[in-house]
Amino acid sequence: MSAKHVNPTRMELTRQKRKLVTAMRGHKLLKDKRDELMRQFLSLVRENKALRERVEAGIHRAHQGFLLARAGMSDEEIRLALLAPKQEIFLQAETKNFMNVAVPSFHMTTRTSDPNDIYAYGLAFTSADLDQAVGALAEILPDLLRLAEIEKACQQMAAEIEKTRRRVNALEHVVIPETQQNIRFIKMKLDENERSAQTRLMKVKDQMLENAHHYQQRSEEKTALAMQEE
Amino acid sequence: MYKIAVMGDWDSIYGFAALGLTPVVVTDGKQGTKKLQSLAELGYGIIYITEALAAEMTKAIDAYRDQGLPAVILIPGVTGNTGWGLRAVRQSIERAVGSNILLESES
Repeated sequence: MSAKHVNPTRMELTRQKRKLVTAMRGHKLLKDKRDELMRQFLSLVRENKALRERVEAGIHRAHQGFLLARAGMSDEEIRLALLAPKQEIFLQAETKNFMNVAVPSFHMTTRTSDPNDIYAYGLAFTSADLDQAVGALAEILPDLLRLAEIEKACQQMAAEIEKTRRRVNALEHVVIPETQQNIRFIKMKLDENERSAQTRLMKVKDQMLENAHHYQQRSEEKTALAMQEE
Repeated sequence: MYKIAVMGDWDSIYGFAALGLTPVVVTDGKQGTKKLQSLAELGYGIIYITEALAAEMTKAIDAYRDQGLPAVILIPGVTGNTGWGLRAVRQSIERAVGSNILLESES
């Protein structure tokens, strides 16, 4: 039983047929899109996980270094040392369009080109542990950036996959069966109408012939005559 | 041109200041929510948040999940790895696939 009422006309039938063709085509395309997105997503998410583990381990190492540094220096000294950073990071963000998902890609530029500018303090009054900790943090910075890129891409792709999957399901389980049902309903109705018109015509033809030639009357007369002869 | 910010308690983030990232010291979730919004408007492309702080402001972070920029990324703080960062990855997978097929089988 179709949910909506459709007019059983030829025009509606053509419209429904066209709708079915479009829905099937859309369904196939969206399914392909979903499969491809999923394939990419899975490899990306694997990379995301590996990268995250690496970054987390790196940050852990850096924190250990900072802890050591704080053991050797007073809080004020550390604050003073890191008060005025020389280096500054600028981020260039582009978006790549991947299957209609805006995937970010980051490029980092530093204000000064010297990699040693991260040590923005005099080396005389700071412990070597601080240098090591800052160095360890600088080491994982590219990974940290890549992590941001990949994790964002993963999040957006996940949202897009969810959306696409819903569309595919809606087409597959609602729109296409409903349209097929409608087409069947209209076809049956039209066939039925045709048959009823045919029978009506036959009936009318019979009646007209009867009126013209009086078959009934004649056959009755014939039987009466035959009985008389017997 | 975007900038990068790091949010969290002072102990977890002061090292990042030396690299040229903007440290934003925040200790509670309410303050963090406000700060996150203002940072997003100020043109920060990536905002790293410590897991401990992120646990208190999940709503605000989820709001930025589906948007383009900024990318809000969780990092472990000085108190250690709480697993919130990996949980975010897991959430993405569950959302896309419908169930977690990857991390369970690998770990």
